[in-house]
Amino acid sequence: MLRRRTLLTGAAAAGLVPAAPAMLRAAETPGVTATEIRIGNTMPYSGPSSAYAVIGKMDAAVFEMANDQGGFAGHKVKFLSYDDAYSPPKTVEQVRRLVEQDQVACLFNTLGTPTNSAIVKYCNAKKVPQLFVSTGAAKWGDYKDHPWTIGWQPTYQTEAQIYAKYILKEKPDGKIGILYQNDDFGKDYVTGMKDVLGDKFAKVMLVSYEVTDPTIDSQAVQLQSAGINVLLTAATPKFAAQMIRKVATMNWKPLQFLTNVSASVGAVIEPAGPQNALGIISSAYLKDPTDPSWDKDSGMNDWRAFMKKHFPDGDLSDSGYVFGYGVTLTMMQVLKQCGSDFSRANIMKQATSLKELEIPVLLPGIKVNTSPTDYRPIRQLQLMKWGGKTWDRFGDIIEGVAA
Amino acid sequence: MSGEITAEATEASTSIRTQPSTRARPVPFAVTVIVLAGAVALTFLVSNYHLFQLTMLVGYAVAILGLNIATGYNGQISLGHGAFYAVGAYTAAILMSNFDVPYWATLPIAAIISAIIGFLIGFPALRFTGLYLALTTFALAVAVPQLLKFKGIEDWTGGVQGIVISKPEAPFGLPLNPDQWLYLFSLGVAGLLFLFAWNLIRGRIGRAMMAIRDHALAAEAMGIDLALLKTRTFAVSAMYTGVAGALSAIAVEFVAPDSFTVFVSIFLFVGLVVGGVASITGAIFGAAFIVFIPNIAEQVSKAAPGAIYGVILIAFMYLMPSGVAGLLRRLYHRLVPSSR
Repeated sequence: MLRRRTLLTGAAAAGLVPAAPAMLRAAETPGVTATEIRIGNTMPYSGPSSAYAVIGKMDAAVFEMANDQGGFAGHKVKFLSYDDAYSPPKTVEQVRRLVEQDQVACLFNTLGTPTNSAIVKYCNAKKVPQLFVSTGAAKWGDYKDHPWTIGWQPTYQTEAQIYAKYILKEKPDGKIGILYQNDDFGKDYVTGMKDVLGDKFAKVMLVSYEVTDPTIDSQAVQLQSAGINVLLTAATPKFAAQMIRKVATMNWKPLQFLTNVSASVGAVIEPAGPQNALGIISSAYLKDPTDPSWDKDSGMNDWRAFMKKHFPDGDLSDSGYVFGYGVTLTMMQVLKQCGSDFSRANIMKQATSLKELEIPVLLPGIKVNTSPTDYRPIRQLQLMKWGGKTWDRFGDIIEGVAA
Repeated sequence: MSGEITAEATEASTSIRTQPSTRARPVPFAVTVIVLAGAVALTFLVSNYHLFQLTMLVGYAVAILGLNIATGYNGQISLGHGAFYAVGAYTAAILMSNFDVPYWATLPIAAIISAIIGFLIGFPALRFTGLYLALTTFALAVAVPQLLKFKGIEDWTGGVQGIVISKPEAPFGLPLNPDQWLYLFSLGVAGLLFLFAWNLIRGRIGRAMMAIRDHALAAEAMGIDLALLKTRTFAVSAMYTGVAGALSAIAVEFVAPDSFTVFVSIFLFVGLVVGGVASITGAIFGAAFIVFIPNIAEQVSKAAPGAIYGVILIAFMYLMPSGVAGLLRRLYHRLVPSSR
């Protein structure tokens, strides 16, 4: 009798023991079932910013490809992407739906600076990883204030640091002037220049404009009459085009730097006049899909093949597709590194321990690196110069300064 | 289109004027009690996420009610009420973050500030009528997001960054989480404001407001001071929408210029028409439309949620030309012939 009872107990225990950690795990890892890992996202699928929606569609397609290839440790990604119309209150609603209703394991690539600002407090209070947000604002690198939030693309601040480094090397005695938009975006450039110039920053002339200003003509005159010969224009496309044109008509020939937000040929260079923009320096980190030097590049060939399969009608010159592809490949690496532990803590831990990761759509030499005290995955850029018809990249990959 | 609205509005005003016959009243009263009890019960029945949606719904309902007071009952078309919504939201956020004012105390202040701004804007704006007023107020809605970024007030408004605030905890040690408490709080505020609006509309002032809408010249001949009543109506309307903005800011815990684009005004107007012009209960249905239809549209098609939204909107207007409230009213009159 005794023997039988022990046997039974033993059997029962054997049945229970593996079950217990599994149950524990399920409770600890929201968004993860035996076969699935749920990842949430918000995108402006409707409204005036819906041009960005291609990024969300690309994200979904790359996850689909990963699932077809077997997924991650037996788990398939279920990518839930909701429309927030670029409206912060709607983002809050959709993110609460994702976290509380759909129980996602983490958020990935939520798009927009104001929209992410609206949810950053919530995500960090709930300890939900808010990974690789689609915005260049410098504040996403602040690992002390919000340890559950991390950016991806080079920040505006990093970009300015890189221009400053180049200025120190090529024109150390130049009289520097910055024209910046008076908001987060513009001020990040001022901060970045300050980071690198140090004591020399005191002599930099700062001139700002408001988005509501009709033109920046008076600012341009002000800078020229102060004898500025190195100019950084941290302006959104409309104002950048005005500035390039104004500088040319004033017959002023400073060494000009232009934020890569406004490096668009169609939106800035064409309206400003391609001849007026000759010699302007900007920067890049992604391979430009329209650049013929990538025609035989294996990374871009993979991307083009992917586009052909998933977006046969997609616009091949839309860099949003390149961006979405690159950022989702980064996320795939995080999931691979997670092994079979998809707890929120481990996802965050892996997202902040990416080492020398190469993404095929990033410029050669640019690598993704993160650490628990470095929340800026891409910190390198390459400079490029407007040659009259195309942007020509030149020089080495330059890295921004450490935080 | 506009002909239909006027016809409906006239029908609404006549039915409201004949309401005081005591026989018809008990049923709506009972319905009100049941709806209110149901709304309170939801606090304990649905998830926090849905409570958040319902809190937003309550906020939008108050905002639409405010718009309805000016547009539905007084005939002043406003496409700029998002501006008052923003003023209320920013008032609450600035008071909470810069001056440590408790959340509940921000509501009366938001009400006063919105009412003053509404009154001041009402003055020049009310020289215009109909479509011209609509355009004037629309200009206001377009200007607001940019004004909020203005450098001079950036210390208060936080510029493009906006302001992050904290959701209040339930007071007196009530066993409620912040979402439950805020929902009940908003519901209580909305209940008071609806009751106040009900009394205002059914009284002397309400009749004067509708008289101006239906025939301004006749109303003036009756001795109604048009300019005074119209500006005051606009102020009350702005006050309602301002309080709604404050409630929503507390629920969202964040305000930024991008939260108050011109679309807020448009959506409020859509909610007004879908819910039912010149109908107090219509505001609730309009709010439900604003909160839920975009989500439904997105579920149908992620590729073109805007197009689906448009189709749903057209369907609503086609099937219920006098709004949801108008449809319900007609059904009610058909089922209870004595209420006619």
